[in-house]
Amino acid sequence: MTMCLGVPGRIEEIRDEQGTPMASVDFGGIRKDVCLAYLPEAEIGDYTLVHVGFAITRIDEASALETLELIRSIGNLAEELGEEPADLAGGAAAGGGGT
Amino acid sequence: MKYLDEFHDPELAARQFEDIERIVTRPWALMEVCGGQTHSIVRHGIDQLLPGQVRLIHGPGCPVCVTPLETIDKALAIAARDDTIFCSFGDMLRVPGSHHDLFQIRSNGGDVRVVYSPLDAVRIATEHPDKQVVFFGIGFETTAPANAMTVLEAERRGLTNFSMLVSHVLVPPAIAAIASSPDTQVNAYLAAGHVNTVMGTAEYEPLVERFQVPIVVTGFEPLDVLEGIRLALLQLEEGRAEVENAYPRAVRPEGNPAAKAVLAEVFEVCDRAWRGIGVIPASGWRLSERYRGFDAETRFEVTDLTVQESPLCRSGEVLQGLIKPNECEQFGITCTPRKPLGATMVSSEGACAAYYQYRRLALQEEVRA
Ligand code: SF4
Repeated sequence: MTMCLGVPGRIEEIRDEQGTPMASVDFGGIRKDVCLAYLPEAEIGDYTLVHVGFAITRIDEASALETLELIRSIGNLAEELGEEPADLAGGAAAGGGGT
Repeated sequence: MKYLDEFHDPELAARQFEDIERIVTRPWALMEVCGGQTHSIVRHGIDQLLPGQVRLIHGPGCPVCVTPLETIDKALAIAARDDTIFCSFGDMLRVPGSHHDLFQIRSNGGDVRVVYSPLDAVRIATEHPDKQVVFFGIGFETTAPANAMTVLEAERRGLTNFSMLVSHVLVPPAIAAIASSPDTQVNAYLAAGHVNTVMGTAEYEPLVERFQVPIVVTGFEPLDVLEGIRLALLQLEEGRAEVENAYPRAVRPEGNPAAKAVLAEVFEVCDRAWRGIGVIPASGWRLSERYRGFDAETRFEVTDLTVQESPLCRSGEVLQGLIKPNECEQFGITCTPRKPLGATMVSSEGACAAYYQYRRLALQEEVRA
């Protein structure tokens, strides 16, 4: 195991185990029991990051798509500006505008 | 798997590399604090694909590696007792103590068990009322909420046979220690994203202010790491020093309030020794007064320890980013993951292990050429 690794999975089922909220989480085909004590607002269908058996954060779909869109756009920006990678200053400034 | 594949897209990575080429005009050194990121970087060869002017320095963010030798020796002494079941994350079993490791204790008849979740240790304590069950509570802020929960659960279940050997470490004081060292070469830090899922980002504002260095909260997949690097370089080239979040799908500015509330209840800040580095003030957590009864160190008085590091191991320098693992004379020769001299060769987050796993053959060829 890796200490600080968080693995994303989908919440399939939520139940109460003697007062502790637990979930069954699907990790690409493998299901595991995960403690939801730190994510009490989680719902079935949410993606969560799981670390040593605990859900520690919800993965926000909108921000995931936004980040991917941002990365997609940096390349396009360069193409639009018709720059060679060697043409530096303008590109850096333009790229900075987006952040 | 959703949210993994997308952040491995080689075409998008190529765009990030191109943009980084365009941004960089001067030499810069960035430190990725977290060992998980070191592994991602070395595994995908990100450091080798970056422009020559950008250097990545591997940081001390491996909890297994920095757990002090004295604490490992205490763990070994407790685990060797007949009346205990010692529970630990798997990574700790091969970490060398002064004389042996937890694996050896187990082959000599000690009851040492690997747990996936800290709650497994509480379950074991419930099932074995006749034994003392000790959980090795190590980790950064990411793992601390899970470890803290064991104490709350043990109390709720009225368990008197459960305790925790605590060696928690904190990221911001470690960054402060590195940034205030007179010979630091680091221009910007990639903060360990999963730590921030718990703690949020506010703690990093005073560091940025004090040291005028960019700190970019960074994730673990290749595109995440590259985005952290790209945003840090943009800040450096534009002369900015800010806390920036390159991992917004998992990190909110406020962190995880439920986890933070439990941490504040169960732990209190203390000075902590980091293996290979030394004592960093206010860089750890120990059990708060209210929960001190669950502290394995007071429950089992372990004395008479003669702590002795391998004189050959240079993991302290590796952890501080002063040398790369392959610059250590023992690397891959007398020190391998099977027979490690230092903890950095054991852990799946240790820099020496990462170089051994992904770079050994290439490095040997370099030497031969
Ligand atoms: S290669 Fe082995 S001996 Fe050298 S610093 Fe790393 S762990 Fe220590």
